[in-house]
Amino acid sequence: MKVVIMGCGRVGAMLASMLDHEGHEVTVLDTRPDAFRRLSADFSGKRQVGNGIDQDTLAKIGVGDADAFIAVTQGDNRNVMATQIAKHLFGVPRALCRIYDPIREEIYRGLGLETISPTIVGAQLLKDRLEGKATAGAAESKS
Amino acid sequence: MYAIVVGGGKVGYYLAKELIEGNHEVLVIEKDASKCERIAQELGDIVLKGDGCEAATMEIAGFGRADMVIAVTGDDEDNLVSCQVAKTKFDVPRMIARINNPKNESIFRKLGIDTVVSATGAILAQIEQELPEHPLMRLLTFRGGGLEIVEVKVPPTASVVGRRVREIMLPQQSLIVLLVDPGGTPRVPTSDTLVMAEDEILAVTRTENEDALRRAFTAPARHEGAPVGDPGYGPTEPGPYDPASS
Repeated sequence: MKVVIMGCGRVGAMLASMLDHEGHEVTVLDTRPDAFRRLSADFSGKRQVGNGIDQDTLAKIGVGDADAFIAVTQGDNRNVMATQIAKHLFGVPRALCRIYDPIREEIYRGLGLETISPTIVGAQLLKDRLEGKATAGAAESKS
Repeated sequence: MYAIVVGGGKVGYYLAKELIEGNHEVLVIEKDASKCERIAQELGDIVLKGDGCEAATMEIAGFGRADMVIAVTGDDEDNLVSCQVAKTKFDVPRMIARINNPKNESIFRKLGIDTVVSATGAILAQIEQELPEHPLMRLLTFRGGGLEIVEVKVPPTASVVGRRVREIMLPQQSLIVLLVDPGGTPRVPTSDTLVMAEDEILAVTRTENEDALRRAFTAPARHEGAPVGDPGYGPTEPGPYDPASS
């Protein structure tokens, strides 16, 4: 699968490395070149410096041929805009988007984006852990 | 009318001022405390400090009863999200978004923003108008129809100088609407009207014929010494607006 990941922070870099190890064709995009230091040493995908809300940048890195686009920058609005460009302008079949704000997450899920709110997920995991419930996500990281 | 302006920078400030002068109810939402203070001092208690994409702030601002949301921050993504949330969550009937990257116009429209204002695009068009190589300015585009009204300035070297309107071969579905002489006097052309140097031509054309129209009014007369095969004006040029050496 051809995957473009926008934002090479902790999540972006880890996801990119995971997909790369599984043999997917990964391109990571970030506005700052020093962000790529977070990628695993043996990362074999492409590193691209550029702004993901710029159509020209997305065209240049070949988003039109991607099977999936995942936006995980720190900015909810940047993620939302880039994902919509990928989906509606370039026709990327899977467009995933991280949105911290639960209300915005609900709105954009309603508008057809595949969204994840770490705020909701994180709060739920912590609550479950506190109450001694094992959830699917939490079980793996049990210490 | 109740208008909410998202972004209290220069554009937001002057916009709010205009709207107030037009007797509209206005609220400006701005994140930066010092900008908020300045607006409050100069325009009164019409500013709310907060994030114009955050539902809680939008609730307080009264998006639910707004007639119009105008998002004019310096970040295209924030303007987009403000408008989309206003529309989806608060059913605001009308949205206007400022874009800084002119390329974002089509995607904003595609994502349902009614009106998109490109300051950069407007400035570029204005500057291009002043450059001799770009003597065409798009004045108005009719969405959906593929038609536009453009303005072309006739350079003194153009082959059409001194010709009558009927002698000028225009691209398909194009029409000269008005000629404005350098003194600013407009003339509604007849087929006998003479085109003079420095005239501004207002014409309706199809978007795809814009270039051909520009060439029709700006291509230099070849017998004036312009080399044959000059890039852009060469023999491949369509249309018999070539000087017939009359």
